[in-house]
Amino acid sequence: MADIILNKIYVKVWRQNSPKAKGRFETYQVENVSQGTSFLEMIDILNDKLIREGKDPIAFDHDCREGICGMCSMYVNGHAHGPDTEVTTCQLHMRKFSEGQTIVVEPWRAAAFPVIKDVMVDRTAFEKIQQAGGYVSVNTGGVPDGNVILIGQDDAEEAMDAAACIGCGACVATCKNSSAMLFVAAKVSQLAKLPQGKIEAKKRAKAMVAKMDELGFGSCTNTGGCELACPKSISIAHIARLNREYLSAKLSD
Amino acid sequence: MSDLNSKIPSGPIAEKWTNHKAKIKVVSPANKRKLDVIVVGTGLAGASAAASLAELGYNVTAFCYQDSPRRAHSIAAQGGINAAKNYQNDNDSVYRLFYDTIKGGDYRAREANVHRLAEVSPNIIDQCVAQGVPFAREYGGTLSNRSFGGVLVSRTFYARGQTGQQLLLGAYSALNRQIHEGTVKMYTRHEMLDLVVVEGKARGVIVRDMVSGEIKRFGAHAVVLATGGYGNVFFLSTNAMGCNASASWVAYKKGAFFANPCYVQIHPTCIPVHGSQQSKLTLMSESLRNDGRVWVPARKEDAEKLRKGEINPNDIADENRDFYLERRYPSYGNLVPRDVASRAAKERCDAGFGVNKEGMAVFLDFKYAIQRLGKDTIAKRYGNLFQMYEKITDVDPYKEPMQIYPAIHYTMGGTWVDYNLMTSIPGLYSLGEANFSDHGANRLGASALMQGLADGYFVLPYTIGDYLGSEIMTPRISTNLPEFEAAEKAVMTKLEMLFNIKGKTPVDHFHKKLGAILWDHVGMSRNEAGLKQAIDEIKKLRKEFYADLLVPGELKNVNPELEKAGRMADFLELGELLARDALNRKESCGGHFREESATEEGEAKRDDENFAYVAAWEYKGVDTEPALHKEELVFETIALTQRSYK
Repeated sequence: MADIILNKIYVKVWRQNSPKAKGRFETYQVENVSQGTSFLEMIDILNDKLIREGKDPIAFDHDCREGICGMCSMYVNGHAHGPDTEVTTCQLHMRKFSEGQTIVVEPWRAAAFPVIKDVMVDRTAFEKIQQAGGYVSVNTGGVPDGNVILIGQDDAEEAMDAAACIGCGACVATCKNSSAMLFVAAKVSQLAKLPQGKIEAKKRAKAMVAKMDELGFGSCTNTGGCELACPKSISIAHIARLNREYLSAKLSD
Repeated sequence: MSDLNSKIPSGPIAEKWTNHKAKIKVVSPANKRKLDVIVVGTGLAGASAAASLAELGYNVTAFCYQDSPRRAHSIAAQGGINAAKNYQNDNDSVYRLFYDTIKGGDYRAREANVHRLAEVSPNIIDQCVAQGVPFAREYGGTLSNRSFGGVLVSRTFYARGQTGQQLLLGAYSALNRQIHEGTVKMYTRHEMLDLVVVEGKARGVIVRDMVSGEIKRFGAHAVVLATGGYGNVFFLSTNAMGCNASASWVAYKKGAFFANPCYVQIHPTCIPVHGSQQSKLTLMSESLRNDGRVWVPARKEDAEKLRKGEINPNDIADENRDFYLERRYPSYGNLVPRDVASRAAKERCDAGFGVNKEGMAVFLDFKYAIQRLGKDTIAKRYGNLFQMYEKITDVDPYKEPMQIYPAIHYTMGGTWVDYNLMTSIPGLYSLGEANFSDHGANRLGASALMQGLADGYFVLPYTIGDYLGSEIMTPRISTNLPEFEAAEKAVMTKLEMLFNIKGKTPVDHFHKKLGAILWDHVGMSRNEAGLKQAIDEIKKLRKEFYADLLVPGELKNVNPELEKAGRMADFLELGELLARDALNRKESCGGHFREESATEEGEAKRDDENFAYVAAWEYKGVDTEPALHKEELVFETIALTQRSYK
């Protein structure tokens, strides 16, 4: 593990003090960054410098820093979560960048994700979509024994593939139409693959799609950018399943 | 001896919970509608509690500091969840899970609580399946199990390496359904900054809206804290960056006793610290120790060459490798419990055999397992973990051994609660990692998820009725009461004070210093002199903090530095209590190792005669020593024995 130091890099980052304020790019110099450092740790270093200089540090979302909470959300050099595959921004490391490079950092850009501050955005729209129908209607208690509901291994695996979604919003940020289809599909498809989810399948597909449309996400034109940007590699095959579920629900109306 | 009423029901262990439920009050549906409950924190414990209480008919208001309940750090749990289902026909039972948990906790947990946990564990699996949690399945469609450290049966249910994520998304979906129905009012990006106590009862909270900076009041008939553990007091840990102890800490300062803070779990297999810029540590699942062999060079000169990068680990011949766990613990080998494995790694590194530049790492080698089983089998078992390791370290673990080192992972200590999960403040409850009750001095793998969901789905919804049954005549709590006014003012004063110090040093620097003090003196190995030194150093650091802190930005805007400063102020006090508790407990047990209490071979030695109690601390002022209350631990069912893994 050779420890290569980047003596100097430049971070060109979106600064916006509040949702209604006018934003702009600012460029900062960051020095002595080990390539073993994670991208967000590099931002930590930059923020430390800004604070000491009496400037406002860059506001950004982050929490688990191990790629599972879905909180981090930076658009780095034109890619959601940066120029590495199957990682979130927190798992991106500085070895993906080189000496003297200018790194452009933007927030997720989508009408449904308004900027809160700098590169921090409001993803409440995702919450509302889940609240519209992303569940099986069971109360606590009074459910059958776990092994009463038999589920084939392939179905369980496929449901898990969809359920791996971390709700980060990279799919929306990447999509030229800011569509949330992959996000909605992940939940609809997970529950459609399982007997527990079948009973409310029609209602769920319609409710979640209607909510998505209402909240200002664009439509899906099947270009597949979402799948490439997804840090969990959720397949657009789930979108196909969502479309089937939705159509069959609409047809039976 | 005990001056704390734990309210443990009488009768045989297997009947306590049933008898208790038969005796406690139940609130009628018509009255539940009139009762308000606040739930702070929406991880496994909080989300499951909020959803279940709302389903019962209570009006629930819930808070989390993240932008969604789905992001709580429960999401990061990898391995699985235990339950006494006995699906494998391997003679598992409620008793066996109970016994394993008591023993794993080194006989420092309450028997009655642990038995109840084991009793409700099967219901958790049923509940999660009904919600659509995609647990791993056998070809015939039944649920799969795997085994975990410290037990002889296969009782761990899992969803790949993302069990915590899937269980949390299940609880989150139940919570979302209640939000949709209007029975839960959910506030995301809101942080609890104070507890409001009126006439001795918990009646509300003061929160800060982390977007607008506005301070808000919320009243309720009862308040539930499900705010997780305090591992981040060490700065570097496997916790999420935002994990903090402030909710528990303000409750402590308002009269909720804090129990066993010295019981901290240090997980042996984490990716080692890299330089000084690191912000957090990443866990590599315990399951890796099933197939990986832990070693360091047997010769010090090899370790030195490794540290300088002059040789590669693969250059060291087998006969020059010291498989120290297999050497010291032949019967358990690489699968000794977490506390034992962690101390053994530290011992080798302290002796000069560490293998990375910092000398703070050991190897976890899959070469032998790959030779035995083939690369494909290993990839199938651990592929996602190997990928994560390579992304972080840029080293391919199929070709070179992983480097690992212990890291702070989980805190067994927490807010003291009685059998009903009520703290020493009436009407204030504490669930999940935030309380102290079920894991004793060491938690077994795959038991944290079990406890969080047991508390939220199947314990609190029953026990809270016993309290709220007496509150049906209490009208809605007005937030205009003087107690709310005073609490809000205190919060404002604290924030303004931190903001106005305008020193030269950002929060993280103090946090790193505190972490270093605690890691050095209150970490894996503790002694009297070191603990006293730690207490002095923390006091000094606290002074520096209040003299030199620099918080930028604005009070009334998004301001992560202000959030961190508030949490840090609390950590600076909690850290001292942690050291005090460790100083008081002169025995070694579970995650707490006192050098003065060891066998001749250097193993932990418990002192049941003097320390078979829960240490519950009562706040007496920042610069005043807290008062110690002892809850004696009575073992009616299981005989106390010294653990051995030789």
